[in-house]
Amino acid sequence: MAKGIKIRATAKKDSTTVKALMSHPMDTGLRKDKKTGKVIPAHFIQEVKCEHNGNAVLTALWGPAISKNPYLSFKFKGGNKGDSIKISWVDNKGESASQEAQIR
Amino acid sequence: MMKKIIITMTALGLVAGAQMSAQAGPKEDLKNFRSYFTKKLPAGKTFDDYADGIYIYNQDMYDAWQAIEEFPPYELDISAGEKEYNTAFGNGKTYASCFKNGGKGIAQNYPYWDARAGKVKTLEAEINECRTKNGEKPLKWKKGKLAQLSAYLKNTSRGKAINVSVPNDKGALAAYNAGKQFYFARRGQLNFSCAHCHFDAAGKYIRANILSAGIGQATNFPVYRSKWGGLGTMHRRYGGCNKQVRAKPFKAQGPEYTNLEYFHTYMSNGLKLNAPGNRQ
Repeated sequence: MAKGIKIRATAKKDSTTVKALMSHPMDTGLRKDKKTGKVIPAHFIQEVKCEHNGNAVLTALWGPAISKNPYLSFKFKGGNKGDSIKISWVDNKGESASQEAQIR
Repeated sequence: MMKKIIITMTALGLVAGAQMSAQAGPKEDLKNFRSYFTKKLPAGKTFDDYADGIYIYNQDMYDAWQAIEEFPPYELDISAGEKEYNTAFGNGKTYASCFKNGGKGIAQNYPYWDARAGKVKTLEAEINECRTKNGEKPLKWKKGKLAQLSAYLKNTSRGKAINVSVPNDKGALAAYNAGKQFYFARRGQLNFSCAHCHFDAAGKYIRANILSAGIGQATNFPVYRSKWGGLGTMHRRYGGCNKQVRAKPFKAQGPEYTNLEYFHTYMSNGLKLNAPGNRQ
């Protein structure tokens, strides 16, 4: 579950609210390891994409200023119950994760 | 001014002493504790709401808490705990082999008096015992993997009423009384006991923070605290509390805190478990 994304999407009237929780250390590259004293290399999410039924509804370019285990919440117009929501991210080390969920 | 405060604190101490006399047994203590907090209930709340911690005292904070609770920050920890729980040890066994019912839905009975070992056992202590028994290294007590495992197990007991028992056993009563004594004993440079803040002054402000009630605190541990930015066990919180009254914290899972947890959790008997919780 190290690379998990938790998604909850709910449709209300003509808009959909998407909430997502991503598991990521989001290291800035400025912090030092307390034991070894060495700098922990930067490791952060660079791009987050959210697709609704295959159409991109949100693309976010992130940097090291975002907190550990980021929480993302946004609304978009449209979306019905049962539609698919896919969220994926790519970080600066090239690692990635994606998760699909259905709108409730 | 200072003198006035000291006099008030002493008066409060006497009140607490009178209500929870040293001779009373666990059952009587529980009755007194409950009736005291029933009288102290904020308007419009029921006794079961004490499980909500400080949020019963302030509607705005309650609303904000509920909003976070819709998608709580401890979710990732529960999944991590579940994954760890189902991962086999080096010898092929899993955590489930150490617990009744595979560990599911039993957390409301912790901590309990283990007559054979002659001490109080907490859930965290048993998780680590399970590891050492199976040839693994014990985990750190206050946060990280152990807290995640505990959060997962407690989560399977969500909604069940806390059911800690103090059997009529010399050792069990001694442990219980040691915990009770700890709760009402003054300590630290500030000379405060747990009871000063969480019994007498529960619901009042300490600077900008509200003091939670001594009842119901045991329902939501391990807890995700915004202040910590992560999950922590009850003994981590005890240590923090002791530091705040300028006392040296005891070791996590040492006899002092274990006995305190025994008394403290017993006082919340009957309230529904909602662990892991999230608090400010």
